Amino acid sequence: MVESEILIKELNLWFGNNHILRNITMPINKNKLTAIIGPSGCGKSTLLRCFNRMNDLIEGVKITGSIFIDGKDIYSEKTDVYALRMKVGMVFQKPNPFPKSIFENVSFSLQIKGKLNKQAISQRVEKSLRDAWLWDEVKDRLHTQAFELSGGQQQRLCIARALANDPEILLLDEPTSALDPQSTIKIEELLIELKKTVTIIQVTHNIAQAARISDYTGFIYLGELIEFGPTEKIFTTPKDKRTEEYLTGKFG
Amino acid sequence: MIREKLFKYFSLLAAICAIVFLLSIIVSIFREGLPIFGKVGFLRFLFGKSWHPTQEPAEFGILALIVGSIVVTIGALLIAIPLGVGSAIYLSELAKPQTREILKPFIELLAGIPSVIYGLFGMAFLAPFIMRLFNLNAGLNAFTASIVLGLMVVPIISSISEDAISAVPKSLREAAYALGANKWETIRKVVLPAAKSGIFASIVLGFGRAIGETMVVLMVAGGSAIIPKSIFQPVRPMTSAIAAEMGETVVGSDHYQALFGIAIILFTITFLSNLITEAMKGKVKR
Amino acid sequence: MRAFKQTFWLTLIKLGIFITILSLCLFLFLIFTKGGKVISLSFLFEPPKEGMTKGGIFPALIGTLYLTLGSILFALPIGILAAIYLSEYAKPSVFVSAIRIAIKTLAGVPSIVFGLFGLALFVNFFGFGVSILSGALTLGILILPTIINASEEAIKTVPQDFREAAYALGATKRQTIMKIVLPTALPSVLTGAIISVGRAAGETAPILFTAATFYTRRLPKSILDEIMALPYHIYALMTEGTAPKFQVPIAYGTALVLLLLVLTINLVAIIMRYRIRRKKKW
Repeated sequence: MVESEILIKELNLWFGNNHILRNITMPINKNKLTAIIGPSGCGKSTLLRCFNRMNDLIEGVKITGSIFIDGKDIYSEKTDVYALRMKVGMVFQKPNPFPKSIFENVSFSLQIKGKLNKQAISQRVEKSLRDAWLWDEVKDRLHTQAFELSGGQQQRLCIARALANDPEILLLDEPTSALDPQSTIKIEELLIELKKTVTIIQVTHNIAQAARISDYTGFIYLGELIEFGPTEKIFTTPKDKRTEEYLTGKFG
Repeated sequence: MIREKLFKYFSLLAAICAIVFLLSIIVSIFREGLPIFGKVGFLRFLFGKSWHPTQEPAEFGILALIVGSIVVTIGALLIAIPLGVGSAIYLSELAKPQTREILKPFIELLAGIPSVIYGLFGMAFLAPFIMRLFNLNAGLNAFTASIVLGLMVVPIISSISEDAISAVPKSLREAAYALGANKWETIRKVVLPAAKSGIFASIVLGFGRAIGETMVVLMVAGGSAIIPKSIFQPVRPMTSAIAAEMGETVVGSDHYQALFGIAIILFTITFLSNLITEAMKGKVKR
Repeated sequence: MRAFKQTFWLTLIKLGIFITILSLCLFLFLIFTKGGKVISLSFLFEPPKEGMTKGGIFPALIGTLYLTLGSILFALPIGILAAIYLSEYAKPSVFVSAIRIAIKTLAGVPSIVFGLFGLALFVNFFGFGVSILSGALTLGILILPTIINASEEAIKTVPQDFREAAYALGATKRQTIMKIVLPTALPSVLTGAIISVGRAAGETAPILFTAATFYTRRLPKSILDEIMALPYHIYALMTEGTAPKFQVPIAYGTALVLLLLVLTINLVAIIMRYRIRRKKKW
């Protein structure tokens, strides 16, 4: 198995009395794309949000277990949650750019860190937009409103915005489910390129997409990790019956 | 981290200001006004018919003032309720969308007209007119004040009733029509009963506004602190008494305290009417 | 018979709104015509002369300006911060309910009671005397509930998506509020503020004993000076004036100026609201 410095260990999560995530242990391989698949409402997004502790923001949540990134448990008391979120970026299902200009969107996290000067910020913005394959389309209108972009462009903008932090891990929550087929293909190709430099964890309910672009796949059902392994193995010879039934469309 | 906590506590402080300010108001008026209840006796203050604060010896019975407030308020509501609810029905059930687009903001704009201007209208135009029309000795009386006050309250009742009526689901109306009811019958038997709480809330709100209004009654109601025998007599509602007489009192004197005493009563009345409105709003949600 | 009943009641209702609109139009017509006769540039920019029988209303205009400016300077920061607490930080509790009850109660207090409160606290207890300061503070507390409510509404309208995106980028709660939530909500907050300014400009009872006077010889030099104000001027001309033949027209003129001021302010707010709704792309 490829070396993994990212590991979920015995993770449990409750929303109030609902036991949403049940004792999940799963490795994440660096600079690979790991897909998390499973039927709707089984905890995929919740699991994803554990990586950047976004679940902390919800009232009445209880989490036990650990997630190790670079050897350190992000759920320890000493963790700086804000620094964590800059190291672990997130892109949401529905593109959510700020009602500001393209430039202001991408430079947002740089502005709040407050450490770079104007020139450095401009350079970072350009690099992020290039990495997200959006630079050529917007380089002449960086100061126009982000909302004027198309859906696919907005999502790439959100990716650029997350990349501006130079994150180690990028979390994607069904990033193409709100987009048209063309934009979807473009973003899938982008992700295949991006995973060379960023570890990607992607939730998707699109099984075909997972087969297309991921290196590893984890199947979550009713809050449990049923099966995990290299994508090819999972899709051709799944070990668990439930995995097989899900993949062949018997449910979900 | 410090900045985070500071920010949170500053905003908390700002929110607490609401409580602080309210308590300041309550403490201020009670501190200055409570003594008079002790000196005169609460029941004698509340129900005494003689308000002669500048006489020797002074008399501090505010019944005439309370009656003045009630007369003018009820008079205002008698005008404002039919006109206000009627307008609301018209705007939401009868008017064409274009008409509604013009009239609704017009009526709402009128809610923003300063009360002193209504007072001017009543004092300089309406009062002489009514005096001539009914052949009276004085145009500044409860009747004139009721009209002006009523006009002022119409937009409030109209707006809120209109919201309540518009909120009645279309499906209810359609059910009525499907059963053969005509437009008026639908309005009367289905829409209005469904909007009942909201309309009633608007009336209570109008009541609170009318009884708390100062400038209109100060300028138009006349100023005679006597229980009126007819609606064409001048009256001095509570708000008017405070506004007219405060300027002439010595700080801390009995008269001063008595005026604060009236403020206590006034505050209590409007507080209770707000409580009722809130209770109504709770019902509307269900 | 049923058709007759319907015609009867519907006609009555139509009559009702006709009367309403007619009386309101008559009222406005009166102010505009009688006031219009007196208005001129000199009316606006000159002080009163000859015992208030001639001249203009400039000091009252300035006074109203200072009072409303002062009230909004006081109420806006407090109001916005309070709204931020209530919508972003507060968790349902007895304490928060108490704050909300206090806000609602404040909103329902009669304006004359505010005036007495201002007299007791600011004029007497704090010793500010009858002054711009006392008046502005009193008006500020009067408009505070409106500003809090409008600001809270505006903040609640900001989509949760924006906040999530900001948190996911590593922003703290304060940063998210100051850099994303508040700027997005600001136009609506300002609309509420503008409406409150209109209200403050037209109030008379709160300033009767806290700030206003019938006549000052010169314009105020400090916030501890008393001032003339448009609404009070109307009232004073009608009730304390000694020469009604001259002063009633001036009162109408002042009323027209005040009316135009308030209507313009409200119109600005309505236009702002309309443009905000159109510009919104989310």
